[in-house]
Amino acid sequence: MSDLLEVTDENFDAEIVNSDVPAIVDFWAVWCGPCRMVSPIVEELADEYKGKIKVAQMDVDKNHATPGKFGIRNIPTLIFFKGGEVRHTIVGAQPKNHIEEELKKLLAD
Amino acid sequence: MYDLIIIGAGPAGLTAGLYAARGRINALLLERFSPGGQVLTTDWVENYPGFPEGISGFELMEKMKTQAEHFGLPIRMEEVIGLELHPEKKVVITHKEHLEAKALILTLGATPKKLGIEGEEPLIGKGVSYCATCDGPFYREQEVAVIGGGDTALEEALFLTRFAGGIHLIHRRDRLRAVKLLQDRAMAEEKIEFIWDTVPIRILGESGVEGIEFKNVKTGEISRKEVQGVFVFIGTQPNSNVINGMVKQDEKGFVMTDEKMETSIPGVFAAGDIRSKALRQVSTAVGDGANAAFFAERFIENME
Repeated sequence: MSDLLEVTDENFDAEIVNSDVPAIVDFWAVWCGPCRMVSPIVEELADEYKGKIKVAQMDVDKNHATPGKFGIRNIPTLIFFKGGEVRHTIVGAQPKNHIEEELKKLLAD
Repeated sequence: MYDLIIIGAGPAGLTAGLYAARGRINALLLERFSPGGQVLTTDWVENYPGFPEGISGFELMEKMKTQAEHFGLPIRMEEVIGLELHPEKKVVITHKEHLEAKALILTLGATPKKLGIEGEEPLIGKGVSYCATCDGPFYREQEVAVIGGGDTALEEALFLTRFAGGIHLIHRRDRLRAVKLLQDRAMAEEKIEFIWDTVPIRILGESGVEGIEFKNVKTGEISRKEVQGVFVFIGTQPNSNVINGMVKQDEKGFVMTDEKMETSIPGVFAAGDIRSKALRQVSTAVGDGANAAFFAERFIENME
């Protein structure tokens, strides 16, 4: 069982904005090929950073308010949150080490 | 030491891996994402034989991966960041480790090219897209521009008709390069408007795409169109970072090979979209992959 969290419009504020630890959210959809390429990376990160960073996915097909609020028009998009604020955004599929570098910056700063 | 390391798990890499695994070669396939490659962005593949009704890009790649793994091919999710090419061994450097092999097959693939015009870079993620199957559904009833006139441009424009209100296809020539069947479909589609002999010069908008400025190459006339999305399909560039300068490449950076798929360095083979060639398709990548594995196996045997 993966430590990856599934977030929705309903629990987004509670789980991400008001999170005690930094969080990243992977906005994706089932019809998006590159999203599926990134999903296993996000799952690995969820396990590896368990307790330090909350790693979540949001399905943009089932949730419209949150993607709309962040102006998401390309997926996959990864948004990095700390203290409820957006600290970084990655648009498109990126290799694991690139995402991990940004994660480390998020933890350090 | 491995006999063979294959770098990149698209159609070419998975086919090379399938042949290597069946040949009982000690092979490893490395991929920076999960397997699939560019075809994952293709909604429906109609020109790969064996699937008379067509097949989704995703399903086709799942099948190729399953087939290679069925014969015991190990696939690892690691990004290659460097290579050392010695006559007796090839060293593959990833973020985790140094791996050694007697031979290499480069199946690094290609990535959609950018336009390189003003407004493009800052608006990526805000209306500029290189993948209609990913981002099309965000443009319901909106106006979009599609740039290009090849197979991909037309396939993606046709896909976008499911969502967008109007599609303005901007092409630099007065006729299309795409295969005739796709041209016929696109011409018959009311939602697609063709803007011929035209090149985009600027994408407009601050927080999101608001329009596109373009120039007629014959008259020099500059015009604008209000659009909320710009989809760019003007060809690909090679994913050649790790190999640049180490093997012979063409002027665009694609890797040159002989008929055995061997590069200018003995024991280093290339297959699929990374190769310098005229037609980049799943069907041609698969053929390349089989040949590369066959001749890599010969190379390994001759070393012993």
